[in-house]
Amino acid sequence: MNNALPLVIAIPMITAVISLLGRHRPGMQKGVGLAGSLALLSTSIAILAGVLLEGILSVQIGNWPAPYGITLVADVLSSLLTLVAAVVVLLVSIASWTEIDPDRVAFGYHPLLHILTMGICGSFLTGDVFNLYVWFEVMLISSFVLLGFGGERAQLEGTTKYVTLNLLSSTLFLAGIGVLYGTFGTLNMADLALQLRGPTHAHLAETLATLFLLAFGIKAAVFPLFFWLPASYHTPPVPVSAVFAGLLTKVGIYALVRFFTLIFSGDAAVMHRIILVLAAFTMVVGILGALPQRDFRRIVSFNLISHIGTLLVGLGIFTPLALAGTVFYLMHDIVTKTCLFLFTSIVQRLGGCADIGKLGGLYRSHPFMALLFLLAALSVGGIPPLSGFWGKLILVQAGIAEKEYWLVAAVFGAGFLTLYSMSTLWSEVFWKDRPEAIGDPECECVGRTFLPLSLVTPIGILVFLIVVMGIWPSPFFHLAELAARQLSDPQMYIQKILQGKP
Amino acid sequence: MTVEVELALTVGGLYAAGLYMVLRRSIVKLVIGLALLGHAANLLIFTMGGLVRGQPPLMHPWDTRLWGRFADPVPEALILTAIVIGFGVQAFAIVLIKRIYLDMGTEDLRELQSTDITP
Repeated sequence: MNNALPLVIAIPMITAVISLLGRHRPGMQKGVGLAGSLALLSTSIAILAGVLLEGILSVQIGNWPAPYGITLVADVLSSLLTLVAAVVVLLVSIASWTEIDPDRVAFGYHPLLHILTMGICGSFLTGDVFNLYVWFEVMLISSFVLLGFGGERAQLEGTTKYVTLNLLSSTLFLAGIGVLYGTFGTLNMADLALQLRGPTHAHLAETLATLFLLAFGIKAAVFPLFFWLPASYHTPPVPVSAVFAGLLTKVGIYALVRFFTLIFSGDAAVMHRIILVLAAFTMVVGILGALPQRDFRRIVSFNLISHIGTLLVGLGIFTPLALAGTVFYLMHDIVTKTCLFLFTSIVQRLGGCADIGKLGGLYRSHPFMALLFLLAALSVGGIPPLSGFWGKLILVQAGIAEKEYWLVAAVFGAGFLTLYSMSTLWSEVFWKDRPEAIGDPECECVGRTFLPLSLVTPIGILVFLIVVMGIWPSPFFHLAELAARQLSDPQMYIQKILQGKP
Repeated sequence: MTVEVELALTVGGLYAAGLYMVLRRSIVKLVIGLALLGHAANLLIFTMGGLVRGQPPLMHPWDTRLWGRFADPVPEALILTAIVIGFGVQAFAIVLIKRIYLDMGTEDLRELQSTDITP
């Protein structure tokens, strides 16, 4: 089972190469993309099953023993996230069949999507800090191109901001790696965890923790480092922003969770306090930013930021229950945010634009799509019995158990505002009558009525997942609890990687 | 040992210059600033890896590990990787700014705000 780990990186790479070879045959690219995504999905299911049966899996690349070679590790969190990522990529690649224009496909959309997948899966599985940097860069470079290609004016502007802040974050990450290696002489995460358990270098550990918090905070769009996100996520084609919203910021969250449970968990406890404050600010400021927006995707972008804060709550409280809440919420958030961003495509097709003031009446014309949207939106708002409710419930329980009442208040406040923002979307886009005769040459609000099946099916599947996670949460919560147990007891991870070395 | 002090000062200078350039309004200076920040980080890894002169990491055939002081090759390998990645990213950034200049006829970041402003 261990040998399946490199496959998760190899499959997207091979898919990308084959679909690059078939550049001028869009039909073949679709087939290859579908086959590759299905292969990735089945491999990641196999890995999750293997982790549940045999415990943490690991591979030493090139058979170099642990602290020297590059390690690939899959614990429950990594394999779970790989699985969710595979689901998202599969659905988004299906949605891209009709939602990406032929020019962009000819330019290499499909290979880029799979290279991005490779970077995401690599980041989830690596057990080496420098290797994580490399996967981040693989992910970033493909996301730069995905964001910018097509060359519309808004896209170029969005890309400028995205590129600048993400490069800045990479520089901080790289500086952190340099200091880490210079101090501890190792970059293997398990080895680092072991060395930082020792009494030495406490002050340096805090400095390093701050550097990594900044670097990953920019990637994850944490307050006050999130301004690149609402400036760029509404500019590219819808499937691109759906996969970005679903997965890219979550890789930043994953890196934060990994670093602050495994490496910086002992001496740098003050950092968890800082994370808690940042989480509260991200939740509240993010959702306040959503309120005045009028563009469908910008509203969802600000909601995305707010929920990044909710994800960090569990990491800040740092008890097994809270971490389980974060893992559960992570699964929910990836699914719902991808779903909401894909909905932009539906809204743009039916209404002709994305400005919520000019939209309306979609409930009357397409009640089924409106119902699907309502389920996704209520889940984001945290209404029982949908997936978002359970995630928030666990986090609130953990917060009350640790007597962090102000944080619980922030979660509730942000929750109410999220519900308000979602109901604005509902009433403006679906419920109210369609405003007639608005003479705006920029936005010809002439909608089409045709919805391709390849767009509706992925959304349907995502909403189905949301409902399943809502009415049958116990298996998902069980998985989240297992992941949290491994995260809060890193000894298992360290021993597995270092194979009983001191 | 003095070389390390000089290198540390260089790293600091590069960071300062990079940050200054990133905060300019010209998009060309922005890209130059990002490149300088990348160099600063690479040089930081190099300096932190420890500077050892005339001690190559070679061992006798009968040894199983290296003893004493030796020049650590790992930071160089890290820097090499980071330089290659940085090169690719900078190539992309240069194409991007060229495209922006051709499309919009400006290199002033203050005129590139349409995606930030709420209409």
